[in-house]
Amino acid sequence: MIKHIAAVFWKQIKDTLKNKETLIQFVMFPVMAMIMEKAIKVDGLPSGYFANMFSAMYVGMAPLVSVAAVIAEEKEKNTLRVLMMSGVKPVEYLLGVGSYIWFACIAGALVLGMAGNYRGKGLAVFLGVMAVGILTSLLIGAAIGTLSRNQMMATSLMVPVMLIFAFLPMLANFNETIKKAARFAYSQQVGVLLGQIGTLDRFHVSFENTMVIGMNMIIALLVFRYAYRRSGLA
Amino acid sequence: MEYAIEMNHIVQRFAEKEVLRGIDLKIHKGEIFGLLGPSGAGKTTLIKILTGQLDQTGGEALLLGKNTRKLQEVHQRLGMMMDQFGLYERLSCYDNLKLFTKIYDVEEKRVEKALKKTGLFEDRKCPAMKLSKGMRSRLSLARAFLAEPEVIFLDEPTTGLDPATAAEIHKLILEEQNRGATVFLTTHNMEEAYKLCNHVALLNEGSIVEYGEPEEVCRRYNHQKKLLIRLYDGKQLELPNDRKAAETVKEYLEEERLETIHSTEPSLETVFMELTGRRFE
Repeated sequence: MIKHIAAVFWKQIKDTLKNKETLIQFVMFPVMAMIMEKAIKVDGLPSGYFANMFSAMYVGMAPLVSVAAVIAEEKEKNTLRVLMMSGVKPVEYLLGVGSYIWFACIAGALVLGMAGNYRGKGLAVFLGVMAVGILTSLLIGAAIGTLSRNQMMATSLMVPVMLIFAFLPMLANFNETIKKAARFAYSQQVGVLLGQIGTLDRFHVSFENTMVIGMNMIIALLVFRYAYRRSGLA
Repeated sequence: MEYAIEMNHIVQRFAEKEVLRGIDLKIHKGEIFGLLGPSGAGKTTLIKILTGQLDQTGGEALLLGKNTRKLQEVHQRLGMMMDQFGLYERLSCYDNLKLFTKIYDVEEKRVEKALKKTGLFEDRKCPAMKLSKGMRSRLSLARAFLAEPEVIFLDEPTTGLDPATAAEIHKLILEEQNRGATVFLTTHNMEEAYKLCNHVALLNEGSIVEYGEPEEVCRRYNHQKKLLIRLYDGKQLELPNDRKAAETVKEYLEEERLETIHSTEPSLETVFMELTGRRFE
């Protein structure tokens, strides 16, 4: 099992390095956060404001889009079927692709954390929150990829979902009604948790944070289960 | 007799449509078997059942003695080349094969051997997306042969290829047979089947309408039983296959006038047309 997961992981590294569309998902927000943190200095703006904002968007976008795009492309190009026919089990494939994207996103999160001037324990908490958000996003992306027959279908499903999860945390800053609705999105809860890291002694994970992220994960798993039972992975 | 593949009354329905209607076939170990039929006859459906990609509606299929509904244990003993090649477009030829050495847990040096065997070694760094159709076919074959499988499924391996590339692929298939592999190929190229296969089955509208060695099948439908003779002066004669004709042929031979002599058994395509009233497309 480990060998198959490692093989899929290796394939994904090789493929991503030559796939600019996927690669850009991992680097776009960290680079933007670094530029904004360096370039924009406004009195009264808390430290790491842009890094936190882009981190919440990153969580809602990069893992979700990447994993859905990878699965949908493999289905469309028939490579997923070839892998399954070679003895790779669906769970091995998902763990291989998922772990690669998770690590790549954590690397991006590290850059975001550095851009937000988090160090030591603050950086560790930042990465921990991001890790949970990325995992939730991966589950939603996997569900979309499994539901989709091809890349076009994946795009039409993933774009609205990604827009909601990626932009709700930012829009919630400007409108109270949106803020109320955004509470139910895991990316907003990730944003809320990230916003507390600046004052680490007051950082705590609330019941609402846990419930919303947990429920988002469960819904993603249920959608994935439905999609998998309907047509399998390949 | 040991069989690599056994099919016992395989039935496949999609909604109301019966695509396979009780297929019974046994394929010996080490032979090249050709499943022939026009597009839509059910060839790819049967391959999908035999490779565990599709659960049949009825009947039983065994691959290397294992029920095809539970094939997980024998995946490494199978090689496959499907109608869609399923190559990683952005990966090089080398990396496309290296991935499968990791999956099959075989030595990486097999990649070089496979690339040399299929004539792709010079293009090993070339991404699959930049290969011609013939090269993609060869890369797909190299992948199918990589683990030196016991059974190889080839779904129309030479469709759309020029004769020279098709001949190269035929050579590779024969080499695999010499290694001891059983090859199951589907094709609508009758010449290919005649040249490569030890046994063929003609599939039409979900049923096997003929089975046997290619020559034997053709001989079975030799209703005319005549000899076709061409002389050096351009004259062509059709003679009955009897004692009197033998004397005539002898005379032409003695006079050194005989250019060619052929029997009149039909081609596989003619047999198929006679059986079904359809042409191969």
